[in-house]
Amino acid sequence: MNFELTEEHQMIRETVRDFAEREIRPVAKELDEKAEFSLELTAKMGELGLFGMYLPEKYGGQGLDTLAYIIAVEELARVDGSQAATLAAHNSLGIGPLYYYGTEEQKMKYLPQLCTGKALWGFGLTEPNAGSDSRGTKTTAYPDGDDWVINGSKIFITNGSVDISVGSCVQTVTKTLDNGKKEFTTFIVEKGTPGFKRVSMHGKMMWRASDTAELYFDDCRVPKENLLGEIGQGSKIMLSTLDNGRLSIAAMGLGAAQGAFELALQYSQERKQFGKPISKFQVNAFKLADMAMKIEHARWFLYRTCWLKDNHKPFAKEAAMAKLYCSEVARDVANEAVQIHGGYGLMKDYDVERIFRDQRLLQIGEGTSEIQRLVISRHLGL
Amino acid sequence: MKILVCISNVPDTTTKIKLTADQSAVDLANVQWIINPWDELALTRALELKETSGGKIEKVTVMTVGTQSAEPTMRKALAIGADDAIRVNAEPQDAYFTAQQIAHALKDEHYDIILCGIESSDYNGSAMGNMLSEFMELPAVSSVSNIEIDGDQVKVNREIPGGYEVVEPELPFVAVVQKGIAKEPRIPSMRGIMMARRKPLKVVEPAEAEALTEFVRYEPPKPKAACKMVDADNVEELVELLHNEAKII
Repeated sequence: MNFELTEEHQMIRETVRDFAEREIRPVAKELDEKAEFSLELTAKMGELGLFGMYLPEKYGGQGLDTLAYIIAVEELARVDGSQAATLAAHNSLGIGPLYYYGTEEQKMKYLPQLCTGKALWGFGLTEPNAGSDSRGTKTTAYPDGDDWVINGSKIFITNGSVDISVGSCVQTVTKTLDNGKKEFTTFIVEKGTPGFKRVSMHGKMMWRASDTAELYFDDCRVPKENLLGEIGQGSKIMLSTLDNGRLSIAAMGLGAAQGAFELALQYSQERKQFGKPISKFQVNAFKLADMAMKIEHARWFLYRTCWLKDNHKPFAKEAAMAKLYCSEVARDVANEAVQIHGGYGLMKDYDVERIFRDQRLLQIGEGTSEIQRLVISRHLGL
Repeated sequence: MKILVCISNVPDTTTKIKLTADQSAVDLANVQWIINPWDELALTRALELKETSGGKIEKVTVMTVGTQSAEPTMRKALAIGADDAIRVNAEPQDAYFTAQQIAHALKDEHYDIILCGIESSDYNGSAMGNMLSEFMELPAVSSVSNIEIDGDQVKVNREIPGGYEVVEPELPFVAVVQKGIAKEPRIPSMRGIMMARRKPLKVVEPAEAEALTEFVRYEPPKPKAACKMVDADNVEELVELLHNEAKII
């Protein structure tokens, strides 16, 4: 066993941390406040080579491994959940289905531009009445000549409506079988396709500087070349994509926890009450000790899960565990970090306030904590 | 044309400096190492010059005197964009030692412009660049805040009181660079990091060289004294303290 990161992984961590501190931290608060998606930061992340970083070079990627990608997400989330979300959703959910299930032609058509930071891609699974129950999908597609015609809607689609979002993969029902089961099929729908409308969602508590969309399909026609994978393979495509997505949500939890912990540690050493820094009170010192311990647990379990994936071993159970654990560590650590900040932790002037809000999604998005427990228990044969 | 940038491997500037128990050395355990900030700016300018030279500058080489532990820092310089690297395999002892090592390693190499940051952020000696030019018997320009290449001529801004003078040194020469040489250091891209692994990093064995400096003992600066609060109405006490304790009136 070797628990040491390679020189490259360490350099990637330093580089992304440096970038996040230099470029993102100074503007994160304002973007959050205005709920503004930053094309500029997205382009800069693209220049850095963060989009599609795990794809082979021929598709415009960097040929890096899962761990490198996860470290990048962790370091972005340490500073800002919104930018981390834009990257993680794009890399795991946007690019994922195209890369793992697309034909060579589809990959060459879409992936290179999706590695630049100048084009984003959405993952159209969730619907108003199909959240945890993704098989409750109501969006339909039927064949008509050389086309498929899609009708229905999707909700909470990250990177789905901003100008540079050039399309989404969309799960549809293509048939209801005699036994009542549905046949699911995934299609590629490009921006600008007649009948495809995107509406940006506002009023979010968290990830306010990221793009969240509703997608509407009204007799939306796509050519048959836009079929992703095979007819009937839709659910498998989308759910296996979520296995990968769980790793990046876990990384966001880990990064958020690390960021909140560092802020709390610093604040506790500066803030004085009863004549000494509050870190000198055991009640706070023990809180910080627990936070540090949980973060270490979360980090090494997540890294091991990346190792499983990079070594082509099964990792679905561990991915659910890592997502569940890291997101709950983020919740606990952010909560205590606010507590250590006292009244100031409730103010927008303090970054810990934003982390506290941003982490809340992590126990809900890409499979709620309850669904993760369901996935894990199924792996236990229950 | 070729540019060489001398790089010092230094502790991160935010490191909390601790001394060993006997105060004979700085405790370097758990220290994060970085490219000396002045050298990083020198490298940035070298890369800018190369990129805008239309192929005239064929390569930018980075060089350090350091043990194996300096390699991550050299890889970072390669990731930022240097073409190749040279490491003289020796623990740097002082400026005199380091300058001799570099001069010796460059005996059979030719570089047109050699850039050195004005000082390293650990020992702040500000001596290496000029010593190097002396050992190499090359002209040196110090306090350099800008370098431009104009045809075959290199123009160098040298800071002087109240402004700067423009110098056109004969090539090859050593430039000791300072504030203004580049705007801000570059962040390597993921591709740069991947490519750094494949770029050549040559290790050269050190020459016989002596150091002229002996480190006797380190002393940490005195901790800041606590602030004494005096009641606003108690002028007498304030005067008494300023007079007898602070001894400034």
